[in-house]
Amino acid sequence: MIRFLIERLFQAAVVLIVVALLAFVMFRFAGDPVAQMVSLDTTAEDRAALREAMGLNNSLPVQFGQFVLRAVQGDFGLSYQMGQPVATLLAERLPASIELSLVAFGIALIVGIPMGVYSGLYPESWLSRAFLILSLAGISLPTFFIGIMLILIFGVELNLFPTFGRGETVDLGWWTTGLLTGSGWHSIILPACTLGLFQMTFIMRLVRAEILDVMRTDYIKFARARGIAKGRINYGHALKNTLVPVLTIAGLQLGSIIAFGIVTESVFQWPGIGLLFIQAISTVDIPVMSTYLLLVALIFVSINLIVDLLYLLVDPRLRVRSR
Amino acid sequence: MPNIRLSSVFLASALALSPAASGAETLRFASQGDIGSMDPYVVEEVFTSGFLGNIYEGLVRRAPDLSIQPALAESWELLSPTHWRFHLRKDVTFHDGTPFNADDVIYSADRVRAGASDFKNRLPSDAKVVAVDDYTVDFITTEPNPILHYTWANWYIMNRDWAEANGVGDADKAASEESYATLHENGTGPFQLVSRAPGVKTTLSRYDGWWGEGSVPTNVTEVEYTPVPNAATRVAALLSGQLDVVFPVPVQDIARVEAAPSGKIEAGPEVRTMYLTMNQWRDTLPGSGLEGKNPLKDRRVREAMYRAIDLETIHARILRGRATPAALMVAPGVNGYSDSFKRYEYDPDRSKELLAEAGYPDGFTFTFQCSNNMYVNDEAICLAVSNMLAKVGIDAKANVQAKAQYLEAILSPNMDFGLAMLGTTPASLDSHIALYSLHMCPRADENSAVWAPDDLAKIVAGKSNFAGYCNPEIDRLANEILIETDEDKRNALINEAWTITTDDVAYIPLHQSWGAWGVREGVGVEVRADNIFDWRYVTVAE
Repeated sequence: MIRFLIERLFQAAVVLIVVALLAFVMFRFAGDPVAQMVSLDTTAEDRAALREAMGLNNSLPVQFGQFVLRAVQGDFGLSYQMGQPVATLLAERLPASIELSLVAFGIALIVGIPMGVYSGLYPESWLSRAFLILSLAGISLPTFFIGIMLILIFGVELNLFPTFGRGETVDLGWWTTGLLTGSGWHSIILPACTLGLFQMTFIMRLVRAEILDVMRTDYIKFARARGIAKGRINYGHALKNTLVPVLTIAGLQLGSIIAFGIVTESVFQWPGIGLLFIQAISTVDIPVMSTYLLLVALIFVSINLIVDLLYLLVDPRLRVRSR
Repeated sequence: MPNIRLSSVFLASALALSPAASGAETLRFASQGDIGSMDPYVVEEVFTSGFLGNIYEGLVRRAPDLSIQPALAESWELLSPTHWRFHLRKDVTFHDGTPFNADDVIYSADRVRAGASDFKNRLPSDAKVVAVDDYTVDFITTEPNPILHYTWANWYIMNRDWAEANGVGDADKAASEESYATLHENGTGPFQLVSRAPGVKTTLSRYDGWWGEGSVPTNVTEVEYTPVPNAATRVAALLSGQLDVVFPVPVQDIARVEAAPSGKIEAGPEVRTMYLTMNQWRDTLPGSGLEGKNPLKDRRVREAMYRAIDLETIHARILRGRATPAALMVAPGVNGYSDSFKRYEYDPDRSKELLAEAGYPDGFTFTFQCSNNMYVNDEAICLAVSNMLAKVGIDAKANVQAKAQYLEAILSPNMDFGLAMLGTTPASLDSHIALYSLHMCPRADENSAVWAPDDLAKIVAGKSNFAGYCNPEIDRLANEILIETDEDKRNALINEAWTITTDDVAYIPLHQSWGAWGVREGVGVEVRADNIFDWRYVTVAE
């Protein structure tokens, strides 16, 4: 068990370093940060001095080494554009992204699972067909389009929901939350629906397929033959057995919602880490971009690690092999 | 965008739920990017310095019609061609209550020229700044400069005591620690900072002790600024009544905002001139494959390119009429502009003749660098120009990139382009700066050979002359204009210089596009040609 954990942690560290290295190499092609930081009239001499002071004249391995060395000490440098510590910027933005992701994920589960169960149990009904058409739209329509349409319909025409921002937030010291105010909940609905729609259709389709499978298995047939009530068969026996794979995959998806809510965040001007990243790309703010990518890698690595550990607890066969 | 109509039943229930309108005198506005820093010397960029102009003030400021007005200086006089005297206003306090005096001007004059300040060119490095008494400051320059204060509207005065007490050092872009001035301010202007979350929201309130109270129309007491980079989101927020002012409104959305009952468009020509710059520096034209040859060094070829561009079509189709054609590299409103200059007419046949005369009857190829997020519809204009050049046989390979990559390609010493599109706004609103930075030969010093490649890092003149236009006559005129204090003589020299550069086809000026501001009904704004948003002129109906 301990050895497994150490192995996994070592692997995680390697992944993080590789991500950082790839990010660093890619930023070479993102443009010149100095050109973004000075006015067009700045002399070439001043530009050169700034370049030197920022350490951009050092070779790539040296720059990378310095970045990693400072990163392990928790120092991610100052944002080129905003002149503030990157760690602070990300920490300020992270709560917004996590809240949006959790609400989106909640909507996806609460709506997606019943829809999936229903369309799995009654695949021929017209409602199931309607669900399938909806899910097709959810999977095929690009997020920004869905977001803009929701804004147009519910924000501009109906004037039901705010079209951008996070509403009022409450500062808890280490966390700012919009979930304690009315305007916060009001503001989160549209972006959460936009972000959750893909996950919802995904979960719905997964549950539907699993239910269709399970209903054909022998134990369900036996249960029916024994005359057990339909409700107990459907929800007590069938649904329970479909949930394990669904939750595993859905859990992994949570990582990607947190990390890749970029489009939704930019359409709704949601002040999360994705928006910060978009702004950083357009201004070649290398410290912000590198730290964001590291953070995303860390989120994925941690979720995978947790999932692996859960498997280990659940499945005795893995425990034997790892010994 | 389809116009969605829904039944009145839905609308009625919707209105009941709509969020309550916030306080009547709050100005809520959005633009595409956030300000770079609260420190007024760190980033010279129109939006940032315009925003800070509501918080900080300079010795002078620009009125909505761009004329120079007294601000922290009540009056000034020229004692000799190199000796200026500024009389400071006496009833001014900074936002923390400290009275303003000559020492703050001296401090600001030092700090603006130190470290990595972006505003070093506001004051010559060898100019002496002397406090005669607490409310009189002299500026002594080595060379006469009749327009010394023209660029001072965004050279903001900072408070020495506040800066020293909070450890604010020189402007530094490569610092490892955050400067106190990045998130805090202590200006003298009508608005003071309440809270700031970079990239998310900045709120400000009226400063009660402002000296100019009552001299401007504004009734705004609170300001909420949100950067909204996504144009569709910005416009939607205006139409849904969540914002009072948004800038810019993309050309394709203007009609929609005008049609909406709650919104209107305020538009006018900008003072920025869009132009095409042709690489006349490289011996081999980048992207042409003509080893050792650069057709753009030939004036006839440049005129042929000029005449090949059908600007009217571009204006009608891409900018929907919202542009003013330009014959000069400066806009109306800039000192030295004259409408006696006319554009070379669109004439593709003449273009082909000129190309044949110059020895390129079959045209040639080069790289055309374009941006896609710097100017109004820049990408579409570039592609149109490229197509028009193709009709006379010139193959301009358009390479459209975002600002960061684009600037890297065109800035010296890379100069990796045959043709590039840019915009220019003379900071002093005077022709000299346009001649100086766009038309003077880029060279290291007066004696060095023009075009010495090794000296590129040390260029003193022609700083934005990325394409390397060079005419010694213009260098001479620009230097004369700089020190000529007689206004009529000076303007005659400027006119002479513009005549030479237009005859040379140094650049292809295109137009001044119109900035479009989306404004909620009931809100009054003054749209300025330099795109600066001055809250002193904003009124919000109660």
